[in-house]
Amino acid sequence: MWQIFHKLGSPKWFFGIASALMPWLLGIGVALFMTGIVWGLVFAPQDYLQGNSYRIIFIHVPSAFLAQSVYIMMAVAALVTLVWRMKLADVFVRSAAPVGAVLTFLALFTGAVWGKPTWGTWWIWDARLTSMLILLFLYFGVMALGAAISDEKSSARAVAVLVLVGVVNIPIIKYSVEWWNTLHQPATFKLTEKPSMPAEMWVPLLLSVLGLYLIFGWLACLRMQTDILAREGRTRWVKELVQARGN
Amino acid sequence: MTMASETGLPICTPDMSVGTLSAMKAVFVRDLKIALRQPQDLLNPLLFFVMVVTLFPLGVSPEVSFLREAGSGILWVAALLSVLLSLDHLFRHDFDDGTLEQLVLQPQPLFLLVLAKSLAHWVLTGLPLVLLAPVLGVMVHLEGNSIAVLCLTLLIGTPVLSLIGSIGAALTLGLRSAGVLLSLLIIPLYIPVLIFGTGTVMAASEGAPVGGQLALMGAFLVLALTLAPFASAAALRISLSNS
Amino acid sequence: MSEPLLQAVNLQCERADRTLFRDLSLSILPGTLTRVEGPNGSGKTTLLRILAGLNDSYSGDLLWRGKSRHAYREEFLRNMLYLGHRPGIKPLLTPMENLRALMAGRRPLPDKVLWQALEGTGLGGFQNVPSRNLSAGQQRRVALARLLIADEPLWILDEVFTAIDRHGVAALERLLQERVESGGAIVVTTHHDLYLPSMHRITLGGGDDHGL
Repeated sequence: MWQIFHKLGSPKWFFGIASALMPWLLGIGVALFMTGIVWGLVFAPQDYLQGNSYRIIFIHVPSAFLAQSVYIMMAVAALVTLVWRMKLADVFVRSAAPVGAVLTFLALFTGAVWGKPTWGTWWIWDARLTSMLILLFLYFGVMALGAAISDEKSSARAVAVLVLVGVVNIPIIKYSVEWWNTLHQPATFKLTEKPSMPAEMWVPLLLSVLGLYLIFGWLACLRMQTDILAREGRTRWVKELVQARGN
Repeated sequence: MTMASETGLPICTPDMSVGTLSAMKAVFVRDLKIALRQPQDLLNPLLFFVMVVTLFPLGVSPEVSFLREAGSGILWVAALLSVLLSLDHLFRHDFDDGTLEQLVLQPQPLFLLVLAKSLAHWVLTGLPLVLLAPVLGVMVHLEGNSIAVLCLTLLIGTPVLSLIGSIGAALTLGLRSAGVLLSLLIIPLYIPVLIFGTGTVMAASEGAPVGGQLALMGAFLVLALTLAPFASAAALRISLSNS
Repeated sequence: MSEPLLQAVNLQCERADRTLFRDLSLSILPGTLTRVEGPNGSGKTTLLRILAGLNDSYSGDLLWRGKSRHAYREEFLRNMLYLGHRPGIKPLLTPMENLRALMAGRRPLPDKVLWQALEGTGLGGFQNVPSRNLSAGQQRRVALARLLIADEPLWILDEVFTAIDRHGVAALERLLQERVESGGAIVVTTHHDLYLPSMHRITLGGGDDHGL
């Protein structure tokens, strides 16, 4: 068991596994995502209240969903970094953070686009949107701290501490923002909370969420591989790999 | 060579070392003493607090109705910023002159020594803000009851700011442009305190009961007291490893 | 044969893509002085900070009296005195207050003892002057006053002779000598030409860049 764990931490081993896994992740991910999107955008029924504009949820919800999961995944990896000093865990945190930030931005952007026809304004200080905005700040903080510390090991551990502090705060922030929201405006607008969403709506939604997860997996592997090559550039296995691919 | 003794010097067991509480007290008293020798440094965050509050009537509107509605928020934001501004000093001087190394090497648990430092920071920055708040509260036309609740929320909330802030200060120790980075890391974490701080005052001004919100802020304080020193201590170790 | 106070087993430390040292094993015995040598940038300070417990980005094991140092951290810290490049002196406090604050967490002593220790390092008459009015050498002497009253059996001293005048260096050498004779263990780095009988040497940097 321990050996497997140790092996998992080896960048070289990961590199091989990732290479084998990546085509599958991308292939199945894109297939699921496209199915979900096309189904959702073209075939799913109209919403009786919002008409066609609701269809943006097929992008908004998966990205919002993933944006939050990515932070949780980063927190797990951060714990591994601190407890077992596993290099690979830090590589993951570093590779995932910008992707998480982009997804959060995408969720905010689609939320704004959705807001225009629904509320008549691009931005509303809705509880969910505000929480997402703060999540974006948290991602930016992680990226800024990671970039500011030059020493690789210190940087890894400092970022890990910050990610963990952030993950403790996320539920508190969410709760606070929701309370704040009820204080300032009665709950007239609710994104995504459909009391009874018909199966023709939630099945494609589920497919696109799953697809995006797999695509994220592919992207994380790709970014991690790049990071590993940069970090391990001087080791023999990387030199051999580069030579083998170069020929 | 021949002089080397067979046994060496006696080894002290941990129970012979100074108790944690008196070590914490020593750290706390030392920080207060140093701050009082340089009173200008104490005054600066307070002046900043007053000036930021002054900007709002000038920049937005001096109307009583606006100020009364926005007053608690203005005071809270200004207090938050001035705590943020003072955080950079929390460990930096100790780091530069080497006393931080000696602190980390004390036999007592580091997180408790860090807690003592955070409490000293609160006494030196947060507490004066609380004491100054009623004056500014009057200037932004808050009513008596609101001012009292505002001071209460600041009293519970500013220690949370110091405690959470100590994590950021420890993480950014020894980095270039640490000040801005520190703000980036910490502001999102301050949001819940800000929300409940101002929300409680608003509820009070509408005559609603505020016991629940105050209890919740108390819970934030307890959470920060128990968790933040661990994170700060870990961050300090990391920053020192890097130096 | 006395038991080593501190042992390092297969230490390895990398810094910014460079291996400072690897497979470094050493034992610090009571009654010995160990001098860590090597060119600038060879990792002397890093090694001392690792031994003192300030730097934990290393791999390998550190044993305090045969037990894991990590598990016996409190006992280790109580029995180890570290003086680094930075003297640990607050400019706004007087030498007396500084010394008192430094001892407060370890072993509080009566003011009279502290006063005499400062006198012993040549700071007689400066005990109550704010430290920022003292010279760099004098500030370092405040830190060195701890050596006169220390009961820790293990001293780790990084560049301890810096900014000290010739007279002070001689006195400090005598102090280290006496300490070793009475059974203390000392690890030092210094560019100063220190010679003591029973001195061990650890040379870092592999001797590959002795170009100077």
